[in-house]
Amino acid sequence: MNRRSVIIIGAGPAGLTAARVLAGAGLADVLVLERAPEPGGLPRFAGHPGWGMEDFHRLLRGPAYARLLAAAARGAEVRCGASVVGLLPGGIVEVAGPAGIEQLAARAVLVATGIRETPRAARLVPGTRPWGVTTTGAFQEMVYRGGMRPFRRPVIVGGEWVGFSALLAARHGGIRPAALIEEGARTAAPRALAWAAGRLFGVPVLTGTRLVEIRGAARVSAVVVQGADGRREIGCDGVIFSGLFRPESGLAEAVAAIDPATGGPAIDNLFRLSDPAFFAAGNVIRGAERGAVAAAEGRQAAACILRALAGALPAAEITVRAGGALRYATPQRVAAEGGWLRFSGRPSRAAVRTGRARLRLLAEGETLAERMVRIVPEGGLSLRVPVARLAGARTLRLVLE
Amino acid sequence: MDAPPPAPGAGFDIAVIGAGVVGCAIFREFVLAGARTVLVEAAADILEGASKANSAILHTGFDAEPGSLEAACIGAGNRRYREIHHRLGLPLEPCGALVLAWSEAERERLGAIRARAGANGVEGVRVLSAEEVRAREPALAAEVCGAAWVAGEAIIDPWQAPLAYAVQGLANGGALWRDAAVTGGRREGGGWRLETAAGAVAARVVVNCAGLRGDLVEAIARPSPFSIRPRRGEFLVFDKRAARLARAILLPIPTARTKGVVLTRTVFGNLLVGPTAEEQPERSFAPTTAAGMAALLAAGRRVLPALAGEEITAAYAGLRPASEHKDYVIEALPAAGWITVGAIRSTGLSAALGIAGHVRGLHEAHFGAFRALPAPAWPAVPALAESASRPWRSAAPGEIVCHCEQVTAGEIRAACAGPLAAGTLGGLKRRTRVMMGRCQGFYCTRRVLELACARLPGLAEPLAARGAA
Repeated sequence: MNRRSVIIIGAGPAGLTAARVLAGAGLADVLVLERAPEPGGLPRFAGHPGWGMEDFHRLLRGPAYARLLAAAARGAEVRCGASVVGLLPGGIVEVAGPAGIEQLAARAVLVATGIRETPRAARLVPGTRPWGVTTTGAFQEMVYRGGMRPFRRPVIVGGEWVGFSALLAARHGGIRPAALIEEGARTAAPRALAWAAGRLFGVPVLTGTRLVEIRGAARVSAVVVQGADGRREIGCDGVIFSGLFRPESGLAEAVAAIDPATGGPAIDNLFRLSDPAFFAAGNVIRGAERGAVAAAEGRQAAACILRALAGALPAAEITVRAGGALRYATPQRVAAEGGWLRFSGRPSRAAVRTGRARLRLLAEGETLAERMVRIVPEGGLSLRVPVARLAGARTLRLVLE
Repeated sequence: MDAPPPAPGAGFDIAVIGAGVVGCAIFREFVLAGARTVLVEAAADILEGASKANSAILHTGFDAEPGSLEAACIGAGNRRYREIHHRLGLPLEPCGALVLAWSEAERERLGAIRARAGANGVEGVRVLSAEEVRAREPALAAEVCGAAWVAGEAIIDPWQAPLAYAVQGLANGGALWRDAAVTGGRREGGGWRLETAAGAVAARVVVNCAGLRGDLVEAIARPSPFSIRPRRGEFLVFDKRAARLARAILLPIPTARTKGVVLTRTVFGNLLVGPTAEEQPERSFAPTTAAGMAALLAAGRRVLPALAGEEITAAYAGLRPASEHKDYVIEALPAAGWITVGAIRSTGLSAALGIAGHVRGLHEAHFGAFRALPAPAWPAVPALAESASRPWRSAAPGEIVCHCEQVTAGEIRAACAGPLAAGTLGGLKRRTRVMMGRCQGFYCTRRVLELACARLPGLAEPLAARGAA
């Protein structure tokens, strides 16, 4: 089998940025496989501004950002409509496309398959199963790409940033949400945005409110919510489940250990999976971060892949675990090399109330680094540590307390 | 309405009311027997009632009441399914079942289960020790005390099977009326004139398989000898990753009221847990409940502790047309030109082809025989099982729309065309698997709506047609 240098799975911000770096470094045979009909990933369907500042230094709408990412990666071959259906050890990729299934091989394969939102069933929301229940991603695509209005008065569930993307898409579609509800005491998006939702869109933002039932026969007719003051019914014709992003890791699990805490493949600080022919970058590692974070990881992973192709990557022998009120820690393994290492994590849902907390990196009980962090729902936390401090460590714990 | 009614005065030989799995099987049976047959369905698609939610198992009938009509129909239905499934493109995965004992008291009942299976003519039932059970199913909870192994139990596609029956009936000259709720009827010219939401239909003999509305339809002919008491059954579908945890169908020891919560792989590659059993008055739809989901999660984890870490792909609830009778109510009323097929409480998928043969026999005995079609067509339905060779694996699959279940645009277009085109979004999902995977439509809803909107209008309106929000 003809072996390429690099195959990248997924043409979103992480995959396209990696492709740009790799092609820019002189690799002439980089192949990006994208199952959608066009490149760009999820930003393609977010027709409101909010992208591009970090990587293109201007504020862009999602589709414009997606086009720029694709244009910047034109040194690589981007094959759309190519659905990867299997990964085999050692860098083998099985791909189904309009012309059938073929096996491809590469010296390095980058998994950049991104995320999806947690749908209704996985959130265990009871009730009937009428039409009109969807996710923000599907809703945005229906509105911006399909020119469709699937409902007129939906309820939006979840106060992460993406819930506000749903509000913007709704406004674009002439849709007036009945409410935005958030189970926590406050929205993950800043208070100002929550305030804006009420003021600009006329949509009540109900915090401390949980969706407990969906009603309706053919189409949604109402939801029942539980707030501090009891249960009540809200009339609506749709439900948009937003946020609670999880890695789209079905492919990665064939060749890599999946970390149950992130739902994504376990990586080391050089973005390698447990099979060193495979790398991962972007939101598949741990769920949603902004597109710019995913793009930055794509760039860093590409640099690691270039080193791997030159045969220069050390083994990652130190394991990292999450502790205390931290839901997960990435990377899950590290090689003690380079100047600084960055450890990241997210607080557990229970920890969100505490406001400020201490993030510490421990080795065999001894604190290597620490700092105070402010906790916001779904907000990422990180700690930078000089590599020199890791000398002799076998296992690390990243702890939030 | 999919076919025009016959010319005035002509009428049908048989009108089958209700396009659930039993109605579809009886429809096929009479068409192949040579009868001019119409299948009359209240909903916009087949399988919109009890048949849309079941445990997708082809039972042997090992635990049925010996000597009952249900036992006979399950046995015959199982045999007939095995005879014809290849020709209709239907899957059969003979995974076997384990009836699990979780205490010494339960273990002592395994012998009686084997004896009952013998009385029902079901071969290949063995009592296994706890060690033997664990060797077969390493993921089972440690408390398992033994099991009865039922080799013949199998899993099938609960939706393509009845679809195939209906498609074969249509391909051989049968008619299907949809959106045709039966609202009344009277005897006319030695037969029946049924009033439906889609107009009147004349038939010599009516077969009532109206399922959850069976007793209401029965009242057209006589005071119903059974009353439907809808029994809600909730199910959880676990992610395909969880399917590794079970090889066989895992059953509890049944009680007089219910078979209990089953854990089974599906032919689509998921793990299914359910059903619960709660009576409810509402006949047309069943909500899932927080209590039901919690009960299923707990029940599932008791059997397979590793389920605790697995993701749930879908949750749904179905209604079983239970009644005050334990056995099926199937009888011919010779003077009334009517055949009753009621109270098929939970084994309809397994028994449907057996029930159909039995009903054809009743017709022959009381109303006479038809001349069977000499060379009927055997159209195959698309195979959707994971083990099947589906279009995405082919040399030129074209556009793949649903990436979780690998559904092509061609499959969606095909399901939206032909004499039994999908009539609801649920029907499209059942025919193709689209939106049934782990993302539940996150990646494909827009494209599915584009492909299906001509056939399934009303799901979304164009933005251009901007009205008052």
